[in-house]
Amino acid sequence: MRDFSYLRAASVDAARQAAALPGAMLLAGGTTLIDLAKCGVAEPETLVDITHLKGLNGIEVSERSAIIGALAKMGHVADHADIKSRFPAVSEALWQAASAQIRNMATIGGNLMQRTRCPYFRDPANFPACNKREPGSGCSAIGGVTKGHAVLGTSDACIAMYPGDLAVALVAFDAVVHLGQSQVPVDDFFLLPGTTPDREHAIEPGEMITAIEIPGSASARRSTYLKIRDRQSYEFAAASAAVGIEFEADGRTIRDLRVALGGVATKPWRARAVEDALKGKVLEPDAVRAASLLAVEGATDHGANHYKIELAPRVVARAILKMGETA
Amino acid sequence: MTVHNIRHGDASDGAEAVGGRLSRVDGPAKITGAAKYAVEQQLEGLAYAVLVESTIASGKVRAIDTNAAEAAPGVLQVLTPDTIISLRTAADWFGTPPPDKPYCPLARDISFSGQHVAAVVAETFEQAVAAAALVKVSYDETPSIVDLSDAKAGDGIPIDAMTKEWGDAQGAFASAPVRICAAYNTPREYQAPMEPHGLIARWEGDQLTVWEPSQWLDGMARTYAEWFGVPFENVRLVSPYIGGGFGSKALALSHGAVAACAAKMLGRPVRLVMTRPQTFTGYGGRAATRQTVTIGADRQGKIQSIVHRGVNETSMDGMWVEPLGSVTSIMYATPNFSSRQNVVRVNSVMPGAMRAPGENPSAFGIESAIDELAYEVGIDPLEIRLRNYAEQDPHAKKAWSTRQLREAFATGAERFGWARRTSEPRSMRDGNQLIGWGVAAGTYPVRRAYGEAIVRILADGSVEVESSSIDMGQGTYTILAQTAAETVGVRADDVVVKLGDSRFPRAGVTGGSRLAGVMTGAVYKAATSALDQLVGLAISDPRSPFHALQANTLVVANGRIGSPRGDGPDVSIAELLKSVGRDHIEATGDTMPANSTPEDRYKNYTTIAMALPHTEGDYSRHSWCAHFIEVRVDEDFGTVRVSRVVSALDSGRLYNPKLAESQWKGGIIMGIGQALLEEGIVDRRHGRIVNNNLADYLVPTNADIPDIEVISVGIPDLHSSVLGGKGVGELAIVGVAPAIANAVFHATGKRVRDLPITLEKLI
Repeated sequence: MRDFSYLRAASVDAARQAAALPGAMLLAGGTTLIDLAKCGVAEPETLVDITHLKGLNGIEVSERSAIIGALAKMGHVADHADIKSRFPAVSEALWQAASAQIRNMATIGGNLMQRTRCPYFRDPANFPACNKREPGSGCSAIGGVTKGHAVLGTSDACIAMYPGDLAVALVAFDAVVHLGQSQVPVDDFFLLPGTTPDREHAIEPGEMITAIEIPGSASARRSTYLKIRDRQSYEFAAASAAVGIEFEADGRTIRDLRVALGGVATKPWRARAVEDALKGKVLEPDAVRAASLLAVEGATDHGANHYKIELAPRVVARAILKMGETA
Repeated sequence: MTVHNIRHGDASDGAEAVGGRLSRVDGPAKITGAAKYAVEQQLEGLAYAVLVESTIASGKVRAIDTNAAEAAPGVLQVLTPDTIISLRTAADWFGTPPPDKPYCPLARDISFSGQHVAAVVAETFEQAVAAAALVKVSYDETPSIVDLSDAKAGDGIPIDAMTKEWGDAQGAFASAPVRICAAYNTPREYQAPMEPHGLIARWEGDQLTVWEPSQWLDGMARTYAEWFGVPFENVRLVSPYIGGGFGSKALALSHGAVAACAAKMLGRPVRLVMTRPQTFTGYGGRAATRQTVTIGADRQGKIQSIVHRGVNETSMDGMWVEPLGSVTSIMYATPNFSSRQNVVRVNSVMPGAMRAPGENPSAFGIESAIDELAYEVGIDPLEIRLRNYAEQDPHAKKAWSTRQLREAFATGAERFGWARRTSEPRSMRDGNQLIGWGVAAGTYPVRRAYGEAIVRILADGSVEVESSSIDMGQGTYTILAQTAAETVGVRADDVVVKLGDSRFPRAGVTGGSRLAGVMTGAVYKAATSALDQLVGLAISDPRSPFHALQANTLVVANGRIGSPRGDGPDVSIAELLKSVGRDHIEATGDTMPANSTPEDRYKNYTTIAMALPHTEGDYSRHSWCAHFIEVRVDEDFGTVRVSRVVSALDSGRLYNPKLAESQWKGGIIMGIGQALLEEGIVDRRHGRIVNNNLADYLVPTNADIPDIEVISVGIPDLHSSVLGGKGVGELAIVGVAPAIANAVFHATGKRVRDLPITLEKLI
């Protein structure tokens, strides 16, 4: 870790201005930034501390929406009674993310900015080639240890998996990222690697996440987050699914369905093909299993991560069926 | 030195005597932060060293450009193979005389990725880290052998000393009516202690003090002394607490040499602590292993032949043998047996000791294979173990000192409810969860060595124990307090145990589950001798209140002295010492043979050359256990969760059941990690472990661990130790992985022979 200067922002505007300077980075919970600085991946010249700014850690839940301040802690949001009742998938995604210690430090805004866990990205000394770190330097992961790499949304330049949980639930329920006055749908906030894997988020220097807003819906109210992994806690997903469902008055016919995948793609992955295949249909196990296979349409593996293509549809199917049972 | 005040935790705290459930006396100091670990020493003028590691697995260092690093703020020196002072090669842990050539802890010839090639010392840790990143090393790279499965690895080197054979194993197998043969693999596994390796080294003239977590103060002090060519007495190792070792902290390693060199060259104390990623390449974890187990049996499941072939990996320039036939050769009675082992060189750091080296992977092979045999002949997996029960050591052909394994099977099965098991795979289910019940046995030899201790009875009536042995969480402070308290006749509260300083009376390595048996013996002898002196003074000193009593002996209990019949005076130890004009009584005790020379003692405490074989004399000495484990496997996802563990264990007499149970549970938890999670994953192009951190190298969390029931079925074994205990620390991990693999087979019908059993192997 090299020396850096530390600046305590006096206001949101001051923070935005300071963060626009070259080499400056915003510091909130620090659970990603400090980690990456230790790895030699992040080398900030200035840290702009925003942790003390007022009015950014609120959690407001109404019929219409939930608005969660960028500095709200993961642990607080997970445990919020209205989030639990109106957006169970959001609460469950947070509870299953990271560890209790990290959830007590990490903020919601910082969570959206979490970088990949690709081991090649995280070890510059041993693996100089990484298009995400150094555009044009190549990808060390392709041809290497790929057990945790993405099977959806990859490119020749990058196969790094998006590791988070919360954003998977957010993308399922059409959440919006507030960047001060402007707003970006979460699905658009996360970028596919394409030929520019160094650019992961639709955010410009001088912009700052101030809040996320999740529209309320019947499907969000009846939702779940199912995360599958070898270790019961504190492990990134082998595959996960955020699922929300709304039935017609008959209690069997699917009016609205939301499906998003984690642990398998280069960004939080909305599986609209699964949704479209089942909307308007009666919920029935065989149909759900068949439709869930559409979740990995277009997937390509790199050997050791092939299992994700088998696993992800099963996770989706289990989550949908579980939501159906709780009618 | 922190003084431990004994506080009672809960209702399970019991008697303080040997065998009582006294809580760990060092617990409060650790929980409150009062316990100072080795690298927490605050020293005047401390400088900070950071290692630079090789980024290739094989080749030579062409050049090291240190200009930028040397110019960086705060940098005091940059050490390279060219600038570091030259050391002498030290003897290995057997004490084998070393080759007469210099030793350089920084490498020019690279044989693994992560090898230490340079080090930067700076005024602050942060400055050293920043400057270390500026050291530019260029290499001439050569092709590497990545691991055992590398096509270039070959068959390796036969280790004849590992060969164990009797009867005609091949012939008996060929004619056996039932034959099974399978290969079992274990990956590289890592000790991953909470406290990473590190040290502070300080020179004062030619006197070296090293504060370093250590499982073997005297062995490590010897190594430092030999490296620097100073007398053994000039090196002081201090290690009052150890944040987990599991075998990895028994030897002085190259990073220690680097720090001690830097301190000598700078004339300042130097601290060097490995980063977590460096702990994956700075020293060896458990070697990856391959075993083939072949069993021939009759149709009733009675074994007629076992043929076993094992391979473990070692480094290019070191020789690590993981004895893979150790359990295979003693667990079951067989008239014909053959076990051989090869060792294969790969471009890796030399593997090292990790909880039950040898026995652990060995048991994974034979205890999986016997389960396969049970299914082949259609016999219950517990029943087949009883049919092949070894009534004596099949290899040494000697009687067991004690073997409560039958009792372990019976007790464990009863508590687990084994009789309710349906034998067919996939026959037990709860919704999406397939349920499986597995059993496996484990064993670990009773390793015996030597130790010495001082016991002092002080003027205030309290008792002090000193030994250079250590406590890495297993309870040495506590059981030695109990031993001294019971033997002298004081309360455990009134005993202060001081460990972890090589200036104290010597002790051999804390490894192989030998320390408790050795050191309780030494303290017992020292305390007995101190008590004899005390009673002798009380009877014979004219100033003693007991002098007129003309008694042959006296009784000391609860810190007071009285006559056996209760007549005459009753005084405290402090009052007696005052009356006879003594400020303390001191006695030394050891477990060495009589007439040992000073040279014998030095060799005993600083090498493992003199350890007693567990089959010495008429008996074969081992601890034993049986694990009964329930798993739940999600049929769709392949995830395995351990839902129930019942283990019955024979460690002989327990000096403190609470601490023994805690160690057993720790071993079982580590075994769950081994079975389901732990694996060093190598990038085959770079020969480098890529999951070198605790987010990616998975060890179990609390959420992975169910309630674990451990039951002691041991009886005192006086052939094994002075007070009747056998080994505790390593035993319980042995057999856990095969019990889980067997349970997974019962649940799913899939036999996984490659650890760990991760979900992609089951979907």
